[in-house]
Amino acid sequence: MSETLSALKGARFAGIAVVTEAGLRGMITVRGDLADTDVKNAVTGVAGVDMPGQREINTVGERGIAWMSPDELLVMVPHGEAEQAVETMNAALTGAHALVVNVSDARAVFDVTGPHAREVLGKLMPVDFSAVGFGPGMIRRSRMAQVPAAVWMTGEDAFRVVCFRSVAQYVFDLLKAAAAEGSEVGLYA
Amino acid sequence: MLILECPYCGVKGEETEFHGGGEAHLKRFGPGSSEEDFEGYLFHRENPKGVHLERWRHVNGCGKWFHVARDTATLEVFGSYSAQVTEPPQEIKDAISAKRPGWSWREFA
Amino acid sequence: MSTRLAQGGRRIDRRKSVEFRFNGKRLKGYEGDTLASALLANDQMMVGRSFKYHRPRGIVASGAEEPNALFNTGEGATFEPNQRATTTEIFAGLEAKSQNHWPSLEFDIGAVNAKLSRFLPAGFYYKTFMFPRFAWKHLYEPFIRQSAGLGRAPEAEDRDGDTYEHFYGFFDVVVIGGGVAGLQAAKAAGEAGAKVLVMEQTAQWGGRAAVDGGEVDGAPVADYIAATVAALEAMENVTLRRRMMGAGVYDHGYLLAYERLRDHCPDEAGPRHRLWRIRAGRIVTATGAIERPLSFAGNDIPGVMLASAVRDYIVDYGVSPGDRVVVVTNNDDAYRTAIAVKEAGLSVPVIVDARVGGGGALADQARALGIRVETGKGIAKVHGTKRVEGVAICAQAGEGAVLDEVGCDVVAMSGGWSPVVHLWSHCGGKLNWDEAQACFRPDGNRPPTDQDGEGFVLPAGAANGELGLGAGLTDADAAGKRAADETGHKPGRGKAPVAADVDEAALEPVWLMPQGAGAKLRMKAWLDYQNDVKVSDVQLAAREGYESVEHTKRYTTLGMATDQGKLSNINGLAILSDALGQPIPQTGTTTFRPPYTPISMGAIAGEARAEIFQPLRRTPMHDWHEANGAHWEPVGQWRRPYCYPKTGESHAAAVAREVMATRESLGLLDASTLGKLIVKGPDAGRFLDMLYTNMMSTLKPGKCRYGLMCSENGFLIDDGVVARLDDDTFLCHTTTGGAERIHAHMEEWLQTEWWDWKVYVANVTEQYAQIAVVGPNARKVLEKLSEDDLSAEGFPFMAWKDVTLNRIKTRVYRISFSGELSYEISVPASEGRALWNMLLEAGDEYGATPYGTEALHVMRAEKGFIMIGDETDGTVIPQDLGLHWAISKKKEDFLGKRAQERSHMTDPKRWKLVGLETVDGSVIPDGAYAVADGTNANGQRNVQGRVTSTYFSPTLGRGIAMGLVLNGPDRMGEVISFPGTDGKTYDAKIVDPVFYDKDGEKQNV
Repeated sequence: MSETLSALKGARFAGIAVVTEAGLRGMITVRGDLADTDVKNAVTGVAGVDMPGQREINTVGERGIAWMSPDELLVMVPHGEAEQAVETMNAALTGAHALVVNVSDARAVFDVTGPHAREVLGKLMPVDFSAVGFGPGMIRRSRMAQVPAAVWMTGEDAFRVVCFRSVAQYVFDLLKAAAAEGSEVGLYA
Repeated sequence: MLILECPYCGVKGEETEFHGGGEAHLKRFGPGSSEEDFEGYLFHRENPKGVHLERWRHVNGCGKWFHVARDTATLEVFGSYSAQVTEPPQEIKDAISAKRPGWSWREFA
Repeated sequence: MSTRLAQGGRRIDRRKSVEFRFNGKRLKGYEGDTLASALLANDQMMVGRSFKYHRPRGIVASGAEEPNALFNTGEGATFEPNQRATTTEIFAGLEAKSQNHWPSLEFDIGAVNAKLSRFLPAGFYYKTFMFPRFAWKHLYEPFIRQSAGLGRAPEAEDRDGDTYEHFYGFFDVVVIGGGVAGLQAAKAAGEAGAKVLVMEQTAQWGGRAAVDGGEVDGAPVADYIAATVAALEAMENVTLRRRMMGAGVYDHGYLLAYERLRDHCPDEAGPRHRLWRIRAGRIVTATGAIERPLSFAGNDIPGVMLASAVRDYIVDYGVSPGDRVVVVTNNDDAYRTAIAVKEAGLSVPVIVDARVGGGGALADQARALGIRVETGKGIAKVHGTKRVEGVAICAQAGEGAVLDEVGCDVVAMSGGWSPVVHLWSHCGGKLNWDEAQACFRPDGNRPPTDQDGEGFVLPAGAANGELGLGAGLTDADAAGKRAADETGHKPGRGKAPVAADVDEAALEPVWLMPQGAGAKLRMKAWLDYQNDVKVSDVQLAAREGYESVEHTKRYTTLGMATDQGKLSNINGLAILSDALGQPIPQTGTTTFRPPYTPISMGAIAGEARAEIFQPLRRTPMHDWHEANGAHWEPVGQWRRPYCYPKTGESHAAAVAREVMATRESLGLLDASTLGKLIVKGPDAGRFLDMLYTNMMSTLKPGKCRYGLMCSENGFLIDDGVVARLDDDTFLCHTTTGGAERIHAHMEEWLQTEWWDWKVYVANVTEQYAQIAVVGPNARKVLEKLSEDDLSAEGFPFMAWKDVTLNRIKTRVYRISFSGELSYEISVPASEGRALWNMLLEAGDEYGATPYGTEALHVMRAEKGFIMIGDETDGTVIPQDLGLHWAISKKKEDFLGKRAQERSHMTDPKRWKLVGLETVDGSVIPDGAYAVADGTNANGQRNVQGRVTSTYFSPTLGRGIAMGLVLNGPDRMGEVISFPGTDGKTYDAKIVDPVFYDKDGEKQNV
């Protein structure tokens, strides 16, 4: 293996929430007929979790499956296993009309944690981050300020944000600004 | 700023998540078509004040194209539906009729 | 004089003194003071000069409607103009300066305009500055710019030192206004279980009810306010926010609210303002009402104030605006001011009531306090210049013959109350004219409608025209319950609180005082204080034919100042209606537009400033480029190195060095930004045949092919190399700016036209770092690093291959955009930097030279390769560029084919691509046009072509260019002329666009 680098090499900021670049994550885009048994078996076999429903995400540790659109899933595995997982799924889907492609390095991943994490995200995304509006097991694709982003919860007061790698610095800077000291909204915390 | 519901992922999002794509249900005319048909396909649009069928893409979301039935004057939304149809489904037509009896749009009513 | 009273002041804390500065003077106020109340407490009645005539102006109001008391606040990084004193809370260290005067507030040169006022009527600028035309630029505009404007703009070099942010909020019910109506509406909605936000623009709950007095459910209204706020604070589903203004109501329940977090405590950490972008199921506008001034001569002299403001200053701030207060009114409410003044131990020489019948119970109360009341009277004129000295009293019904003179230092006026209907109206809510109260109020049957076609704004209390305390509470309770009900909650059965309203005598509309005021008086009767519009100006506009209120507004500038006519609009349109001889509703109102009061630019921008003004996309090698002196070029949102100048090296020299090094030995280019789209499926070939003008389905796995994409209109939209990865799978390269656009283009056709075709597309642009290794020594470098067969036979031009380079697994495309032997090497982005380092090291012996976008451009131009965006501009078809070889004749259909058959597209007169070689070797200016004989219908020189790309070619040592020229390919050798904007003319010979290595021998080795 050569030296592999995530976009921001684990940058971290602590304000009213803690923002951390989560490093490289194995992420695989799977497009196909999500009702198809072969597709289901291929993805659940690699990820070790159940198929998620519409706008849902199932995760265990670094593995998981996120529902991205009616014909698209995001399969998550440890970064070093991504290529192998692509091959495994491709083999399982031989003959089926499906697309399995490694997008691990096309992404940057951030963790936003702390009691004000909901408010930090609520400053940047046009999404209801109240406890009623957003909870564990849900995934929401939307925009974060001026770029696309997806977000889900990894625990109480803990969010994971995924964006394109090229805008990692932009997204980190956005999150830093939104988590600046003294900027508590006092709505969700 | 509009709120639209994407029929593919079920998100009710604000307009900034979406991208407008102009008039719906255009019939493509390619090589061999008459000048009039091609001109109509490429350039002629309804541009109504009132009921309109239009295309949107959930660009900052699931990425899917869909159709919306909307009143261009009041901005009332009658419903959103699949992009993969050549005419609005009956329930959308009914929803429009309930609010705008006697409506018509191109060949639909 | 105005001064602090010994007692009173609900809002101030007399134990906490606060020092601030006004025009350099140190002044003292108390915590809870606004700048306005603190200035009045320091006898600073005159606070500015008017916009046009530079007349002395004083504080008129006590709230957001204040037109005169605008200040520059702060210094340097905190400087801000046009801050309203009535909504600015004082804090230790506040710096405020008055505006629009020179050299000083007390003595102002511009005041000479007032002497000229009869020469400066409505429309003066339009009428005067039309002719002569040259005078506008050299005479009029400089003068107007010097004299116009209130506050000054911040200095360009001063960056705003504060931070701002947005917040996306989602509520069932949002209540705008924290007066008694807003609180009651919030309580009713909150008790029903709705998720409620209630906001108040000032620092205190309760609005002006506590000043006006009264009892709710048998207890003082102040107790009701305290209890209701406490009840709301105890509800988990209710959010209360002070210092937050409902700025604008928009479609589908969208609401902008402006929260001022640090204006009153600027030293605390955190954002100064927060702009809330709210989605509300229902919006309750409990925005209260604003008192109207009366139009009499001298109604702008400092000391003439709204009657309600006078009692606000007394009751809320313990400040007396003056010792002797004359009250002038057309309604009963102003009697409350007289009573408050009297109870504060000050004198009310007379109440001038325009109504012949006078007032009701409140009038009796005033008389009982020994106050003289004159009915059927008006004010003919106010005496004084920088301060009110007295009033002349006349019969309201007459022309202003003076009956009595009364000395005073304050005139408290009331022309009745106008509901604040702004937010109701922003999104289309309609109004009715209420004859009895002489005001516009919301028409509940014509509300603004939402996505379901339902009304989504509910006016409540005074904002709905229910001006009495009891009626207002009942109305607000109903609005709150209805809002909850309409958002799916079950309102409680609790009754609205009960408050008895004082029996008031009817208001009588008074639009001009006295009724028959002559021209001289009308010219001193102000409607719009901030923009200096008088009764006579509106009447003049009507005489000159301005019948529409919208036109009159723009002609006279009535209501166009920063206060947007909060005090003047109704009075102005009443005057206009009278002049036009039509009822007020027929004239109608001007359009209410957001924001309700001005909001900061910082709040609008939110986080989008400095580094995060917009996304900046970085490749995996960005840090290396930066560390090695890259001069950046923005390409879309990407930053790409334009060149890498060495110390002391010019950009041109750097580009030349990079080109020569690449042509002669070895160059490296970060090509990661190129778009990469995977297209897979049984119908992928068929799909790409439709998208590209040439045939892609016949491409063999392992091979690459250059392709063009056109829009359905026939015009070129993108180009790039397609690699077939396997039978089912293609990798399509797009231009740097094209990845997202072309991905969307593909998805659009797949989803909306050919949805039965079996094709999936994925955008993998950012998955890979891509590095072009270019030059005669390119192969040698790769061979050093790999054991794979990279020979000309084993890995020919326009093929791709998986190659291991020193243990890094890569995919290599043997393609060339420079004309040199060239490999584009692709690796996962996380390994991009490692590969870049490896190639630099391995290429060191060949002088490996990183090159930027400009060298790339020069080399492609030397080869006659087109660039999307240079040779194309949205009106160019492939045929114009001599790309016939890339347009399939076999295919029945592809996007753009039908369009390219149109007569305009096949016209032989379309300009065609050629090379251009200057006769003297110079470089033709970018965008230059080639002139032809004669002139067109507009008398302009005819043209016969234009330059699309132009560079200095270091390889050839001369200027080279490409351009589109009339009949160009048939005119080889002919010299045509390109006049430059520099006065020179560039003569250029038409040549083949391929300037270098015409047979492609260098790339094909």
